[in-house]
Amino acid sequence: MNKILLIIQREFLNRVQKKSFLIATILLPLVFPALMAILIYVFIQQQENAKQEVVDVLDESGLFTFEDSKKYKYIEISGPLEKAKTVYQEGDHFALLVIPKELEISKPEGISMFTKINPSPSAIESIEDQIETQIRDQKLSDYKIDKQVLENLKTNVSINSINLSDDGKEKSSDTKVLFGLGFGAGILIYMFIFIYGMQIMQGVIEEKTSKVVEVIVSSVRPFQLMMGKIVGIASVGLLQFVIWIVLIGVVSTAIFAMFGIDVNAQQQAIMEANQTGSFASSGAASPEMQKMLGVLSDKFLMMASSFLFYFLGGYLLYGSLFAAVGSAVDSPSEAQQFMLPITIPLLVAYFGLFTFILNDPHGSGSFWLSVIPFTSPIAMMGRIPFGVPWPELLLSMALLIGGFIFTTWIAGRIYRVGILMHGTKVNYKVLTKWFMMKG
Amino acid sequence: MEALTVNQVTKRYTNHLALDQVSLSIPKQTIFGLLGPNGAGKTTLIRIINQIINADSGKITLFGEPLEPKHIGTIGYLPEERGLYKKLKVGEQLIYLAQLKGLSRKDAIEKSKAWIKKFEIADWWNKKVEDLSKGMAQKVQFISTVMHEPRLIILDEPFSGFDPVNAKLITDEILELKEKGCTIIFSTHRMETVEDLCDHIALINKSQKILEGSKKQVKETYRSNTFTVEHKGAFSLPSDTYELVEQKNTEDTYFKSTVRMKGSESPNRLIRDLTEVTEVHSFVEKIPTMSEIFITLVKGGSDE
Repeated sequence: MNKILLIIQREFLNRVQKKSFLIATILLPLVFPALMAILIYVFIQQQENAKQEVVDVLDESGLFTFEDSKKYKYIEISGPLEKAKTVYQEGDHFALLVIPKELEISKPEGISMFTKINPSPSAIESIEDQIETQIRDQKLSDYKIDKQVLENLKTNVSINSINLSDDGKEKSSDTKVLFGLGFGAGILIYMFIFIYGMQIMQGVIEEKTSKVVEVIVSSVRPFQLMMGKIVGIASVGLLQFVIWIVLIGVVSTAIFAMFGIDVNAQQQAIMEANQTGSFASSGAASPEMQKMLGVLSDKFLMMASSFLFYFLGGYLLYGSLFAAVGSAVDSPSEAQQFMLPITIPLLVAYFGLFTFILNDPHGSGSFWLSVIPFTSPIAMMGRIPFGVPWPELLLSMALLIGGFIFTTWIAGRIYRVGILMHGTKVNYKVLTKWFMMKG
Repeated sequence: MEALTVNQVTKRYTNHLALDQVSLSIPKQTIFGLLGPNGAGKTTLIRIINQIINADSGKITLFGEPLEPKHIGTIGYLPEERGLYKKLKVGEQLIYLAQLKGLSRKDAIEKSKAWIKKFEIADWWNKKVEDLSKGMAQKVQFISTVMHEPRLIILDEPFSGFDPVNAKLITDEILELKEKGCTIIFSTHRMETVEDLCDHIALINKSQKILEGSKKQVKETYRSNTFTVEHKGAFSLPSDTYELVEQKNTEDTYFKSTVRMKGSESPNRLIRDLTEVTEVHSFVEKIPTMSEIFITLVKGGSDE
């Protein structure tokens, strides 16, 4: 036992003392938000600074009058079409919009736009909108419907979804936020399993190819070495994770502060709102924002603890498999052939998350993916924000624990033989043979 | 007391028998040569002694006790395929390996510092192994094998990769360790090493032990009553008692002959007979070298 601790410590220090660890751990949470901020900034700048484009309009029907928008300035020109075209070709205007003479309001066909470059969908859409509105207005007056009457018919409904929990407390929920939470957590688990799983595999291959493994296994059991490595890397992952959370917390507080939103006041307001059961509007933030933050703080503990559990469970389950693959091969490139069976269940869970788990978290497909241990870490994280019945959650957790004991057992048996084998051509048959081999 | 006894150890892999009822006994404070061609089963036996793999059947005792995991610290093992953590510094590496063998961190630091001083490589303490030359790394590896003061040291091809100067250093170290009471098992193909260093040998061929004993005994067993004679003037001997294997003219009337006695009579008889037919200048028994014995046995084995 003491020796496993030594190995864990060594594996941990080996990685944490590297410069690359420091860089990845500190820069990643700073780089991503920074990149996002830059992209958003550029996008906004582009929108604001966009110069007004000129659209020539040849309206042969005489039905339309175009209003200049921020993006487009419309200039009416006279026909015929051929002349308009040559004028457009020689000028530097953005587009030439041609509305045919015989345009029927009931069946508006034949409107065309000539451009020198391919216009973006949004450009076409904004012009289409203009025409549609005008046709609508035209129709309204044709049908003798008062615009005001129509306005009054329009109603805007936003359903306030509230969870009624067992103890009768009402909790406001926001499906979009839940969706985001499930999505983010599922993807993170998927990424973490891969990133740290690959680290295990590389570590095992390194020990095997440098031949140091024979010296080590003359001092400790192969299983101790394998578990030491897996747990050592897990602790690196957890440390990294904690640092990221803290950094993201600090950075986002800083950003909130920059935008003049006081997070503490916000939380205060939410607490009060939760207590009284209704949302009192506070000065700075919108009720929407309050509601979102309310959902977040409400789910936080549950999300954080289940994330920790499913991250560790999934990591341990796959980690030992990655170790077994590493032990079987002599180089990372050889490992490719054994990666498929590991990758497939992860991908199934990943795509399941997108396609149906988040849209129908309580469906039978979602249920199965979230209890089968090979897919449950990702699938369950997608479901948890929407609330999972305790029996299902406990079943999934128990199966995951059973699952990683099972894979660790299999992997351990392959590992102990694999690490001492060099230059053998390995396929699944050979792996089975190793697995069956006596001590 | 024997340092190590191996009793009827058998190990079978899926499609071949790696060790077939192998028994050995290695006396304390000796240098024991474990010989055999490639693939004979030496590495398997060494791995079993190191408890890296388990035997299918048979018993092993270490200093009188049945071999158990607690004996890991009693054995030092230098595998044929050398390997260290490339990215780890020499000092940390030595401390880590010694700790895995059961030393406390404090002891490990103390001992590794003492050893690198002894091998005059103290400047390397903070160097990564990947920055060392092959010979340097070998020295570090040798230290890691012996620094926890094992009573049984197993060296698999210890001299491969060493230049003569360093080989001499390691040889001296091995002899010193023996003086201090260590038992050393050598697994090697280099017969000159066996000839120089080993007290006892065992030969494993095709999963079976085919020879074991002290170097002197073995040579005794394989002497063939053959003698080399330098003499003046050619001769011939009666072919019912002697076989003249070779007679070579060296210069003028001087010859060098190899004679084998067919019976088991004393060499004195041969000398007597020789003096009657020629002028004897030298008379030496032709003792087989370990290399010759090795080749004879292994080839004989494969003819079966």
